[in-house]
Amino acid sequence: MYKVEIGKKILSANEEYAAKNSRLLAEQGKLCLNMISSPGSGKTTILVRTINELKGKIKIGVIEGDIQTDIDAKRIQATGAPAVQINTDGACHLSAAQVSSGLEKLPLADLDLVFIENVGNLICPSAFELGETAKVVVLSVPEGDDKPAKYPAIFAKSKVLLINKIDLLGAQMQVDFNLERAKTDAHKLNKSIEILPISAKTGEGMADWYNWLVEAIKNIRSD
Amino acid sequence: MLMHETMVAQSLLSMISAEAEKRNAKPIIARISCGVLNAVNDDVLCFAFDSVAKGTACEGMKLEIEHKQMQGRCKSCAEIFDVELSQPVCPKCGGEDFELQPDAALVLEEIEFSTE
Repeated sequence: MYKVEIGKKILSANEEYAAKNSRLLAEQGKLCLNMISSPGSGKTTILVRTINELKGKIKIGVIEGDIQTDIDAKRIQATGAPAVQINTDGACHLSAAQVSSGLEKLPLADLDLVFIENVGNLICPSAFELGETAKVVVLSVPEGDDKPAKYPAIFAKSKVLLINKIDLLGAQMQVDFNLERAKTDAHKLNKSIEILPISAKTGEGMADWYNWLVEAIKNIRSD
Repeated sequence: MLMHETMVAQSLLSMISAEAEKRNAKPIIARISCGVLNAVNDDVLCFAFDSVAKGTACEGMKLEIEHKQMQGRCKSCAEIFDVELSQPVCPKCGGEDFELQPDAALVLEEIEFSTE
């Protein structure tokens, strides 16, 4: 037997597309957020409310990633915002090449902000850089406050943690979720992570999220 | 569900096949290294690789996978250390505020070929 040193990246094709996306977004001064969470955390509901409430202030486009169906893209399009559905046909994450073709289909020049709604999954999407400006992780109250401790990688790498469905907190709801524990565990992994408790259903806390978005868009433009 | 390891396995197979063809040799073992965020599960990757390699020159190959820890740079004392995600603390000064370094990439490090 003999050994041959190779030293080549295995996902270099994905990285090349990610770099291309990142360059395109930087050139055009667009904020692009990769939204990652478990299935059912409320990502699409957050996006729909955000688009509706920021109408006339921030122009938003969405790349929707799902294993199958165009249910989510239709929910976004109903707001009037442009949305591109990408079906991964069984794959557990979006790839940078898919995002690249999604960006081509959006009227990017007219937008301020592109959301990438990744396939619902707390593990695999962290393995694939898409060329986004930042990752936003969404954790919803019914999933439990132990998720930052159990799925640390994505919390360590995200700029923002949205804790959604806080309307379910409170004794009468009988949902066990210790907000302080989730915050402490996430902060342990990532001191600079912005933690925003919200309810996309009632609107509670959403103003802080909108302020964060407005600031992030300003920062991109001044770079 | 198609796990992300499948995509890794396919990419790996085409890289190893190309090297094998270049040398006209039979690959036996491939050594791979990966970071935490690659979220590679050894069993799943080996299973996926076995499946995609069936009927190719890579059939029956063994994969050896090295996992590299994420590294952090302590904001108090600048120490670079392996971040234990369950208890991330600087081993030198006990500081808890650190900057995460870029995660290690998924790399095909080396291939062993048969001399037969």
